[in-house]
Amino acid sequence: MSAVKDKYQKVAYYPGCALEGTAHSYNRSTQQLGKALGLELVEVKNWNCCGAMEVKNIDPKLQTYLSSRVMATAASEMNMDVVMAPCNGCYHNLKKAEYDLAHDPASAEVVDRLSKKAGHATYQAGQVETIHALDWIKQGIGEEGLKKRLRNSLQGLKVANYYGCMYTRPRHIFPEKDQGPGSESTSKPHFMDDLLAAAGAENVEFPLKTACCGGAHTLSDSDTSTKLVLNILRAAEAAGAEVIATECPTCHSGLEMHQVRAEKKYGQPTKVKIIYFTQLLGLALGLKPKQVGVHENISDSLAFLKEKGLA
Amino acid sequence: MKPLADIERRLGEIEDGAAGHGAAAAAELLALGEEVLEHWVVAKGVEPTRETREGFRLLALHRQGCAGDPSFNACRETCRELVYHYNLVTGDPQHDAAAQRLLMMTMVANHLFLFVAGKMQVAELGDFCCASRPLRQDAAPLESA
Repeated sequence: MSAVKDKYQKVAYYPGCALEGTAHSYNRSTQQLGKALGLELVEVKNWNCCGAMEVKNIDPKLQTYLSSRVMATAASEMNMDVVMAPCNGCYHNLKKAEYDLAHDPASAEVVDRLSKKAGHATYQAGQVETIHALDWIKQGIGEEGLKKRLRNSLQGLKVANYYGCMYTRPRHIFPEKDQGPGSESTSKPHFMDDLLAAAGAENVEFPLKTACCGGAHTLSDSDTSTKLVLNILRAAEAAGAEVIATECPTCHSGLEMHQVRAEKKYGQPTKVKIIYFTQLLGLALGLKPKQVGVHENISDSLAFLKEKGLA
Repeated sequence: MKPLADIERRLGEIEDGAAGHGAAAAAELLALGEEVLEHWVVAKGVEPTRETREGFRLLALHRQGCAGDPSFNACRETCRELVYHYNLVTGDPQHDAAAQRLLMMTMVANHLFLFVAGKMQVAELGDFCCASRPLRQDAAPLESA
């Protein structure tokens, strides 16, 4: 077993706020997938919000502190060296905090001051490695490992893989990406494509895999979000996809909700199903739809999955 | 520079197949993409560049639009996909998948339009992405300040 593979067998799990609310099915399917693959998740004790976009826009250093506290807890109180965050927003913010602490003394000073005030150890850059759920499965199990465990092939399922814009952006906070063969690409991410292909799915050519879903507009300008999502859904269908696989709770709920809104407001129905990649992999490993929370998605895909022999 | 509403209408016409096919339509889509970015750059009070980057003015305009506004990078890959599809369509206009490639290019161009138009709308209220400038300006100093 390689060092990376070994390291990812037991990781600190940082679900973040969304996975306890609108993205409960992502939480459930991630945990079930881990169990089915023999990967251990240990939830970060008493975790807090990563600072999301709201705090970051008002006070970026406060966001750095909030994210650093999560990493400090994992490192100092749990003795873990890897934190896995399935949410693109959390993943992005922890990586940003890591970068800021390594490169910006002013951020480090603020984090140290607030950590002391809060009474916990100050996080030092490099104490933990933050990874996404995609890294976890791709590096911890890999395509070959996945193939060995398959019970239901996703064969015949045409999938558009949608990564959203925060998984790879900005590039400088993801130094491990763009490192040649085997590493993730920030221009054309492929980890989700690789995993789902290993599970038998047919990935379609989808040019909007990192395009903005309008998540940040959802409250301030819903019409723009609906139009952006509708364009993504229509493009996926035009590319031949039956399913859009997601790996971000904000993107996922945005796609689901604006799919409904696009039909109501603009009279433009789309049929493409929106399913987390963890749900699809779980089904491929023989888990039942309920075990991976298919019933908790807004986008009702149960009949479709039955038709495909996956439920 | 055409008004945004005209660009939107033209994109719809190209998608419907009523406005040409093949290399000519791809060239027009690329030009429409440039005009969309020009709107953003001009709104920021800057003269749109005539320079190119990697052979494309679209990419130079995107870079210009990002200056001082990193969130504009959210459409970086959309711009690059537009260029990629332009190369696919014009490089082999007779390819069996040429019509499909043009359709995808149209949707990519439409996404760029929607992103920039939406961003401009929100920019009138303050900054893009959740926080408004007035809120930030009027707020009392925060803990980390």
